[in-house]
Amino acid sequence: MINYQSTLQAVPLNWYILVSLTLFCIGTVGIIYRRNSIVIIMCIELMINSVNLLLAAFSAYNGNADGQIFVFFIMVVAAAEVTVGLALIVVMYRNINSTDISLFNNLKW
Amino acid sequence: MIRDIFIFLSVLALFSAVMTVFARNLVHSILYLILCFFAIAGHYLLLNAEFLAIVNIIVYGGAIMVLFLFAVMLLNLNKTKQITLSRINLFAAVISGGTLLLVFVAAIKKNSFTVTPAALSSDFGSVKMLGKILFNEYILPFEISSILFLSAMIGSIILVKKEHR
Repeated sequence: MINYQSTLQAVPLNWYILVSLTLFCIGTVGIIYRRNSIVIIMCIELMINSVNLLLAAFSAYNGNADGQIFVFFIMVVAAAEVTVGLALIVVMYRNINSTDISLFNNLKW
Repeated sequence: MIRDIFIFLSVLALFSAVMTVFARNLVHSILYLILCFFAIAGHYLLLNAEFLAIVNIIVYGGAIMVLFLFAVMLLNLNKTKQITLSRINLFAAVISGGTLLLVFVAAIKKNSFTVTPAALSSDFGSVKMLGKILFNEYILPFEISSILFLSAMIGSIILVKKEHR
């Protein structure tokens, strides 16, 4: 088994911040770039996960387990959000036979 | 040793995240997303959060990914026309994402977090300890989240149900 204290000694907190911020920015790039609405929801999941990783890292380095509870609740909300989002995409697909986000413009103006 | 594991998991997570965004096939994109979630679960294990690692694999690697794959299979996307991606969109996305990353990195550089890690108790992040916290201090949000789940379930069923005219 790994001695967990050694992770915190070996890896500086800045590295965790950098990794999760990079993941967040990749998710942003995906949301702007892709036009398939399913991929956009996946990129939102990616961003949520990067924030989860950041919270878990802060929680471990602070020695306070409340951050992990927050991550748990974020996961709960993310699961509910994905369920409703995919249902919405299925409904919109029935109407216009596509998942292209630029065609979902009936409520735009 | 642990630093090597960290670097490997980070590179795996970043690579699969990039492939999620840029893979042309939707199913490939979902599979890369699963890979990314597993790498993040490995990060949780490194961070002494075993409960989060297990929940991450069950919820994201299991439930949400099955949901995505089911949606893709139900929609039958191969018959519809391929969505074309413009190059100018790519430039706009990469420039704005890179600028965001630049701002973040500058903010970290400005006040670098030189923390001395707190001493962890041996059962930090274990199911037992998190369960005690969850059911003592956070019992009300826990119950409210069950109502949230119920409403999400009912809402998605009502949305997807065929309308009878």
